[in-house]
Amino acid sequence: MSPAIGATLNRVDGRFKVRGESRYSAEVPVPNLTHAVVVNAKIASGRITAIDTSEAERAEGVLAVLTHRNLSPVATVPKLLPSLAGLAAPGQSFFPMQDETIHYAGQPVAIVVADTIERADHAGTLIRFEYAPTPATTLLDQARDQAYVPERIFGGLLPGHASRGDVAKALAEAEVCVDTTYRFAPNHHNPIEPSASTAVWEDADRLTVYDSTQGPNSVQFTLAELLGLPPISIRVVSHAVGGSFGSKAMVWHHPALAALAARHVGRPVRLVLTREQMFTSCGHREEQEQRITLAAGADGRITALRHHKLSLTSPFDDWAEPSLQSPSVAYTSPNYEGIYHLVRGNTITPTFTRAPGEATGMFALECAMDELAERIGVDPLELRLRNYSATDPESGKPWSSSGLTECYQRAAELFGWHGRDPRPRSRREGQWLIGTGMASALYPVTQPVNPQRARARLYNDGTAVVEAGVSEFGTGVFTAMTQVAADGLGIPVERVRFVGGSSDLPNVTAAVGSAGTSAVGSAVHLATTQLRDELIRRAVADDHSPLRGADPAAVQVRDGKMVLRDRPDVGETYADLMHRTFMPDVEVLGTWNPPPQDAGYGVHTFGAQMAEVAVDADLGVVRVRRMVGVFAPGRVLNRKTAHSQLMGGMLWGLGQALLEATRMDPRMGRWANASLGDYLVPVNADAPDVVVDTIEVHDEVVNPLGMKGVGEIGVVGVAAAIANAVHHATGRRQYELPITLEKLL
Amino acid sequence: MKSYEALRTAPNPDHAVVRGPGEVEVHLHVNGESRTAIIEPRVSLLDALRDRLELTGTKKGCNQGACGACTVWVDGRRVLSCLTLAITCENREVTTIEALSEGDTLHPMQQAFLDCDAFQCGYCTPGQIMSAVALLAEGHVGDDTEIGEWMSGNICRCAAYPHIRAAIRRVRDEGGPGDASR
Amino acid sequence: MRPVSYSRATDVGAAIGAVSADPESAFLAGGTTQVDLLRIYVEQPRRLVDINDLPLNRIEELPGGGLRLGGLARMSDVAEEPELVRRYPMVAEALLLGASPQLRHMATIAGNLMQRVRCSYFRDVAAGCNKRAPGTGCSAIDGINRGHAVLGTSDCCIATHPSDLGVALVALDAVVQTEGPGGTRSIPIDDFFLLPGQTPEREHPLTHGELVTGIDLPPLPVAATSRYIKIRDRESYEFALASVAVAMSVVDDRITEIRLALGGVATKPWRARQAERLLDGAPATTESFTRAAEAELAPAVPHGMNTFKIELARRTIVRALEIMAQREGTT
Ligand SMILES: Cc1cc2nc3c(=O)[nH]c(=O)nc-3n(C[C@H](O)[C@H](O)[C@H](O)COP(=O)(O)OP(=O)(O)OC[C@H]3O[C@@H](n4cnc5c(N)ncnc54)[C@H](O)[C@@H]3O)c2cc1C
Ligand code: SF4
Ligand code: FES
Ligand code: FES
Repeated sequence: MSPAIGATLNRVDGRFKVRGESRYSAEVPVPNLTHAVVVNAKIASGRITAIDTSEAERAEGVLAVLTHRNLSPVATVPKLLPSLAGLAAPGQSFFPMQDETIHYAGQPVAIVVADTIERADHAGTLIRFEYAPTPATTLLDQARDQAYVPERIFGGLLPGHASRGDVAKALAEAEVCVDTTYRFAPNHHNPIEPSASTAVWEDADRLTVYDSTQGPNSVQFTLAELLGLPPISIRVVSHAVGGSFGSKAMVWHHPALAALAARHVGRPVRLVLTREQMFTSCGHREEQEQRITLAAGADGRITALRHHKLSLTSPFDDWAEPSLQSPSVAYTSPNYEGIYHLVRGNTITPTFTRAPGEATGMFALECAMDELAERIGVDPLELRLRNYSATDPESGKPWSSSGLTECYQRAAELFGWHGRDPRPRSRREGQWLIGTGMASALYPVTQPVNPQRARARLYNDGTAVVEAGVSEFGTGVFTAMTQVAADGLGIPVERVRFVGGSSDLPNVTAAVGSAGTSAVGSAVHLATTQLRDELIRRAVADDHSPLRGADPAAVQVRDGKMVLRDRPDVGETYADLMHRTFMPDVEVLGTWNPPPQDAGYGVHTFGAQMAEVAVDADLGVVRVRRMVGVFAPGRVLNRKTAHSQLMGGMLWGLGQALLEATRMDPRMGRWANASLGDYLVPVNADAPDVVVDTIEVHDEVVNPLGMKGVGEIGVVGVAAAIANAVHHATGRRQYELPITLEKLL
Repeated sequence: MKSYEALRTAPNPDHAVVRGPGEVEVHLHVNGESRTAIIEPRVSLLDALRDRLELTGTKKGCNQGACGACTVWVDGRRVLSCLTLAITCENREVTTIEALSEGDTLHPMQQAFLDCDAFQCGYCTPGQIMSAVALLAEGHVGDDTEIGEWMSGNICRCAAYPHIRAAIRRVRDEGGPGDASR
Repeated sequence: MRPVSYSRATDVGAAIGAVSADPESAFLAGGTTQVDLLRIYVEQPRRLVDINDLPLNRIEELPGGGLRLGGLARMSDVAEEPELVRRYPMVAEALLLGASPQLRHMATIAGNLMQRVRCSYFRDVAAGCNKRAPGTGCSAIDGINRGHAVLGTSDCCIATHPSDLGVALVALDAVVQTEGPGGTRSIPIDDFFLLPGQTPEREHPLTHGELVTGIDLPPLPVAATSRYIKIRDRESYEFALASVAVAMSVVDDRITEIRLALGGVATKPWRARQAERLLDGAPATTESFTRAAEAELAPAVPHGMNTFKIELARRTIVRALEIMAQREGTT
């Protein structure tokens, strides 16, 4: 039996998905169901002065019209805390509909419950609001002068500023200096499944919520605080989630609103956000600006990096995507200064968006690196190699594993990087200017804080069910866990069923920051290997077992049979042992305690990105022709699904580079393109074939299986590689994302 | 020149039948079965399928014609069920993802999507597959550029696009069936 | 969506009768505009008259060599009609570069000409918009207007006409056939689209209940050498930032016949008459093309974010003409 880990197994939930049988959260059949629609504030700042709900209440089929006046208030409003922490994880330290104040456009101001979705929606438009608006800030440009440096960001998990060495001195002494500022349009995740919650009260203190979330347990804990109920009263189920990309990583208002509405009408309530509401209800990548100052010697060796970031955050939280982390350790730089600046505006608190922080931070750094390479006349790849840091430049500690130089090498081979003519505009094919560019990719390995648990139960027919509270939103985690469990137990994957997607199951952290698979994978690995060891122990202790008296360490399991390592003919199956000893099943709860974040190593995932673009010389249209990404994500559990995630990430980078921008109308304080017709994401014709490869690195530090994660690293660096390629093609540097054609006319 | 005054008042059994705005009986033919829904005329085919007929395989991504997740076939042609009112589908044959496999045997396109890992979260997938099978029948599958263009009405935010093209190529090259009749 | 009643018309007279009798009614064809706008409360008819069963979906030869496209013919069917592809390739291309395959199966060509603008303020009932709610002001003029028009605008409305098909049709001098309470009419396509002026809510000269029954393409040999070029951010499934429909014949390096129209940059499908005048008889060179493009865009008025469209439109015109000249040169 060859190991299941690393094999290219088809997704275990794939059959259901291609048949349309997977039940996403808005699709679970519930008797006596009603439909809720949220009504949102149209102003960005001010107060509600009057509400008239009479017409809405009279409309056919309407069961309730709830506003801050009659909605039962929440018990407590927990503070923002990233869901990785394993506790209540609200997306912002604010809960709407508690009073008449409006802090941002799109803030929920009413909920209508009716017997059909059409009736609820229409009744929502019949509510009359009067507002007293006050001036709103919705763009950085409106309030730059009010920027401040927060003590900490990111729910208090990260410092607002950091430094090492003497940057000012290094800058003054620099032989070469690159000093540039990059601007980033806000981005929205836009998973194709809009967020949905279906709330069912079995009785006054038993609530089940079917919710589209990255972390059923986070939703459970958050609802417990908001509703003032103990966690035992709340069950959160997430059978299948239609993509998230960060929009479902934190717990936003809709599950609690659905629960409150359901309690009010005494019937189950389904609340599905509209596509437009997806732009104002679950965070976004904030509008931001980053200034990079690179000081280097004439040989290109970096002597200082200064990285300042300015973000537009909400009235409630000091939020910025952590863009400074990876750039601060990407290269040897003895002197460093990183500072976050925030401006408060009238917006929902921004949130994680795929490759949160790195997608923008590494864009800024890697574009500046390209500029530096050009200035000193060195190949961009060579410049990276010259500045490669074999240890974490921040702490001086060794990397738990790296593989970066191998990634560069392999990417260069696959792409055909060497022999590149560095001169801009040196290649032309008819109307198309052709250019190539590259970038490094780094993403921190984030560890959960709380213990990660999984349960494994083996039945006496040799099949096993393995459970953990993780949800499947496209990462392939159910498939990978099936493989981990199969190897842990020594049985074929067909005999394993992995069950996830419920807060009733052993607690694992929300699957965020690329940490989901490794967190739950570690727990599954421990649960299944402990279960295996338990059965081996029983076998060697059993007088009737052929393994009686054997050293447990000398026993291994293959295809469900425990055998002596050096005499595979001696042994018995799990099933034989269990039948003989009257065991219907055996069960083990595996607990993995994540190592502390500062365990004596620098922990990061590394990769290299390369892209070739064609730019229409007259019309400015940019098309990406091909991309190569090589990554060192540690152990790859399933080559097929991991490859898909990396590929998807790289195409996300393409969208970030060329298309994606949410545009704010500051007069109204509202997004002006809150639809999938107007917020452009790549379509099939935009997406070239992508070459993805991985470099095997062994990592004994991060977790028992040596996994570092593939969810985000694929995005990092792509936009920079594309921007650098655009420069190579046209000779024009790009300082603003997305790179739309007017910037190249 | 005809006079429309006469027509306006003349009894015309067909156009005289004004149905709604309240709930009316709507008779649909879905996946080879007759189904009746008591719905208002404003109900979309998508909501009728998902919320009234328990056919949740068809997905709602935008409800505005901008994503393709709701793709079904009406009279054998791929269309968007979110911009189609259910009541307009009386006398037409509606086919959804649920009708594609034959018992336990997946349609070759479903199998190809599975084998090529042509999806991640799977939410756009029923729409992609309904589109892909229809596309084979339409015939615009010469090369990847053509497939890409003709599959661009189905957004996949997980960006499985290259694998979607691979799945379609595979079924094309195997001479797989181009419609649900297998 | 508001509650709405529904009936299905079985003949043209009945359809016209039903709609013209009730000011709060509307035709429902493919529904890709109508249902979309109903759902976001921009259109609010109380009654829909389904015209999909009307026998208006044929494509027929006209005496004298033109083609008549039935108003209810679907975009996808028209685009694949062999005679149309042969005689009017720009029409087929304009159709195929629009929307998506699914939408093209639903959408009728009459509906395509009748579709409403994609201006996001028009689509947002909480925003001021003279077109949707006359007198409430135009939010786009000082707002997010990257996609908006630079030609044919007024101080009341700057929304781009979204139709691709319309651009090819104005280049060809197509004729819209209608039938209404007052009888039948033939409306030259250029008169079918109205400039916003002070009445942006009026987009076409049809009376309530007047049905577009067909579109006539005149016999036009030059149309056999024609192209539709569409420039947009995304490779597909997007409206135009700029587009050009061009039919041209060149004899001995001189332009002997030219038809040119612009999309994506004007408040109606824009016949580029100024450019045509300069190109007619001119040498088929990049200089003539550039001069013509500049002349056509001379009256363009930018509004901030959409300033680039003036240059983009010029260059797209030149590109389209160069493509035609090369093709003409090689055949
Ligand atoms: C996401 C999306 C992308 C799109 N992209 C493009 C694009 O790139 N290029 C492009 O050109 N178009 C595009 N469209 C627009 C699409 O082509 C039009 O919506 C469609 O052509 C309208 O035709 P329909 O039959 O669906 O009309 P309907 O929606 O049924 O009707 C539209 C309007 O016309 C009226 N009407 C319909 N038929 C008649 C008739 N025979 N006589 C009189 N009045 C009539 C209706 O009452 C209604 O007011 C797109 C649409 C969507 C939703
Ligand atoms: S441009 Fe026209 S459609 Fe848009 S807001 Fe102004 S008036 Fe309305
Ligand atoms: S849901 Fe119909 S196109 Fe998006
Ligand atoms: S598989 Fe997730 S959107 Fe396509």
